[in-house]
Amino acid sequence: MTTMADRPLEEQIALWRTYVRRRQAVQGPDVEELEGHLRDQLTELTQAGLTGDEAFLVAVRRMGSLDALSREFARAHSERLWKQLVLTPDAAGESAATGLAETLVVLSLAVAAALAIKVPALFGLRLAGGDEAFYLRNASLFVFPLLTVYFVWKRGWGAQRSLWLAVPFAAGAVFANIFPFPKGSNTGMLTALHLPIALWLAVGVAYVRGHWSAEDGRMDFVRFSGELAIYYVLIALGGGVLTGFTMTMFFAIGKNAEWFAQGWLIPCGAMGAVIIASWLVEAKQGVIENMAPVLTRLFTPLFTILLLVFLATMAWTGSPINVKREVLIGFDLLLVLVVGLVLYAASARDPQAPPDFFDALQVLLVISALVVDGVALGAIAARISEFGFTPNRVAALGENLILLVNLTWSAWLYARFLRRRGSFAALERWQIVYLPVYSAWAALVVVVFPPLFGYR
Amino acid sequence: MDVGKDLVAASATPLVLAILAEGDSYGYAIIKRVAELSGGHLQWTDGMLYPVLHRLERQGHVAAKWSPSESGRRRKYYRITKEGRAQLAAHRRQWQVVDGTLRGLWMKACIV
Repeated sequence: MTTMADRPLEEQIALWRTYVRRRQAVQGPDVEELEGHLRDQLTELTQAGLTGDEAFLVAVRRMGSLDALSREFARAHSERLWKQLVLTPDAAGESAATGLAETLVVLSLAVAAALAIKVPALFGLRLAGGDEAFYLRNASLFVFPLLTVYFVWKRGWGAQRSLWLAVPFAAGAVFANIFPFPKGSNTGMLTALHLPIALWLAVGVAYVRGHWSAEDGRMDFVRFSGELAIYYVLIALGGGVLTGFTMTMFFAIGKNAEWFAQGWLIPCGAMGAVIIASWLVEAKQGVIENMAPVLTRLFTPLFTILLLVFLATMAWTGSPINVKREVLIGFDLLLVLVVGLVLYAASARDPQAPPDFFDALQVLLVISALVVDGVALGAIAARISEFGFTPNRVAALGENLILLVNLTWSAWLYARFLRRRGSFAALERWQIVYLPVYSAWAALVVVVFPPLFGYR
Repeated sequence: MDVGKDLVAASATPLVLAILAEGDSYGYAIIKRVAELSGGHLQWTDGMLYPVLHRLERQGHVAAKWSPSESGRRRKYYRITKEGRAQLAAHRRQWQVVDGTLRGLWMKACIV
């Protein structure tokens, strides 16, 4: 390595290294790897007779343009792109113009969503006067199509190619309204709960621009969904404060603003906020650190402790699970939560990092959740004949099984990863591949359950 | 004659996997090997190899390890995994189909 003693050359390499480091898609060890390559190249070129300067020029030129290089790196490591938005030069140039256009598109879509929920009122369906069930069943249909339009626009999808995305929404509208649900119908309520889950997949397809098979895109959609939920809750909190002030201030001058809050502010705000929150997530994804993974880190240990203490108490005192009628729903929610924790931990993890303490904790969480659910299922199965098969119970049981399958296989993959027999990517892939299953089951509940159970 | 950009990009993954199937290697050596095998007709922009390697690593087709090199700096060595070999076999079948199809067409053209 005689040439490496060349001082000016060392300085040039150091300069080049700082340039590369500035690229956020290229991180620590990658820079080292690229530098190693550069040095190998330099050694060979100088041995062939080139001077230090000449060799440096040739080597850097062969390495390729840093812009193109960091774009490729960003593509290979989309989780970095998500955290620290790399503005590619061509995107930076047009950002001012598209920024304004996007604001306009988003605002008009939000207003459209806010007005959409008032449209049925023109046909005599009253939100606060007996037609609540209709509004609940159709809630997602007022805003999800508009959200899909936003992504189709944002991703620059051709209108023709994206037109088939209208099909799931049209089908959703048909199945939400074609069945003769009586008042207080359980299956009607199940439709209200499951239709959004089924249709969320259509939004996801628009989000990934139809490339559902590309795994990175789907993981980005998972990240997006988590951030959206957090933003939405924040906006809802703000909206609650706004509503409170509206009521009290008008009350102070002797006017009752309840009709406005209930008929306009809350429903229109709730719809518009979905679009606004999505836009915020899209715009801010590079600016702030993701919240969902942070919450995951925070609550994984706490939930693990809860489950372990619960199991220990149950084993110690020997008190069985008191199988009330709807106890299954509670355990479903527990599994949803654990799947969420696993999913978001996976979404923020560097798949190449070796297993650490947090991974072991996750496995413990998954396994204890499986044990708790197993105990609960055993108790419920023993008495299911006593309760009979109501639509709610069949739906809850189906969901429980779907989540159980996911978690069991996740635990297996996770354990393999901990023992260094498998890769973390396998777990990530499993979680992503499983996503459409939730939507498929939700669609099944919406389409098949009402006629199956006689609309009760 | 230089091979077109799209074809270079499409052949990058099978080439990298095939070279690693010969034995463990590192970035610079892989590029040298490609240049050597193709007689210099396959021109890669050197840096572009690394995103390809990282993507393969992420997908579990190759495994990587940092080890000291003869120069004293540490170097990232890549090794093909079992999944990688399966992937390589799949690539190989696909390329054979393309190759066979073109060959058939051009043979006919020769006869006419």
